[in-house]
Amino acid sequence: MKPARRQRLILIILMVAGITSAVGFALKSFNDNLMYFFSTSDVVAGKAPKDSLFRLGGMVVKGSVERPDKDIKVRFKLTDYSQEVTVEYSGILPDLFREGQGIVANGKLDGRGVFVAEEVLAKHDENYMPPEVKASLKGPKQN
Amino acid sequence: MFLIPDSIGRWFHRMASPPHFYALTEQLLPWLTALFWLFLLPGLYGGLVLAPPDYQQGDSYRIIYIHVPSAWMSLFVYVLMAVSGAIGLVWRIKLAEIVCISSAPVGASFTFIALVTGSLWGKPMWGTWWVWDARLTSELILLFLYLGVIGLYSAIDDKRAAAKAVAILALVGVVNIPIIHYSVEWWNTLHQGPTVTKLDKPSIHISMLVPLLLMAAAFKLYYLIALLQRARLELLQRERNAQWVKTLLKDN
Repeated sequence: MKPARRQRLILIILMVAGITSAVGFALKSFNDNLMYFFSTSDVVAGKAPKDSLFRLGGMVVKGSVERPDKDIKVRFKLTDYSQEVTVEYSGILPDLFREGQGIVANGKLDGRGVFVAEEVLAKHDENYMPPEVKASLKGPKQN
Repeated sequence: MFLIPDSIGRWFHRMASPPHFYALTEQLLPWLTALFWLFLLPGLYGGLVLAPPDYQQGDSYRIIYIHVPSAWMSLFVYVLMAVSGAIGLVWRIKLAEIVCISSAPVGASFTFIALVTGSLWGKPMWGTWWVWDARLTSELILLFLYLGVIGLYSAIDDKRAAAKAVAILALVGVVNIPIIHYSVEWWNTLHQGPTVTKLDKPSIHISMLVPLLLMAAAFKLYYLIALLQRARLELLQRERNAQWVKTLLKDN
């Protein structure tokens, strides 16, 4: 390779490496701001904001969904498999909302430590399979 | 020798001769088009008819057969654009510059399709058209990078200087590619994790995976066809004063 070309190639490699490390450091320092939602453990540990809106994500605990006043208001527990947080929501739930499903709720904590949601989004998982396969999976292995 | 073996270098230089490229691609294009249909039609039929509905999302998951291949292509085309831009910068090969700039509109279209189909999919499944999570935002930045490349190229009149500027912009944006791919692993996002592009076994049933891979192959071929057509046009424009173009025009 001719020296001029080699020099240009090295220059390009250095440029890309420099930008990558710069962006890498920037992303690392903004790491918390890039999180789309807080986990339930964060909320229990008091890391979530107290008086402002934030998003809370987790799995809906099986058997925890109830409608206390027999109307549109629904109450359920969210978990990240270590801590649980109770969520209340009045409104229409997305189609994919069900027990054992991941969701992201936007809202704030009230005085009782209950998360009052203004919006609930369903977070679907990366698994795709026909219903029959899902049914046969359910038998031996509960998850 | 430094980094690149001699034989590959020679092959590049031969491929990079404009008349050779123009003649070769003319012969190649019908075959590529035939191959494209050969993958697209079974892919569409398999995805829309043969594949079973999903256990959670029913039939609406079928948008995956457009969304996922376009999202893959949006990343693939960008990497190819940046690499050919770098080759153009280092070796000053005119054809590499042309491949770089001809990739941009195709990549931008794939990115746009990925964003739109994702939005259409998000509304019924997540309950929202758009959220500012890391995956969606970084993919939107990718669209702006493509648009920046296209805009920069057309803003500079001297096309050799424009190609250099564009290559540098493309190389700067390369850092976004791993961010898009790993965004769903590094941060909490509403978008779910990868289904196919991971070291683990794909978490999609084989009957749904096969049409997806067929569609991915079809999209790759489509890109190749669109790229070659754009590149041929760009080449003719840039070489309009060259002898081989004059002879070509006289012969037709």
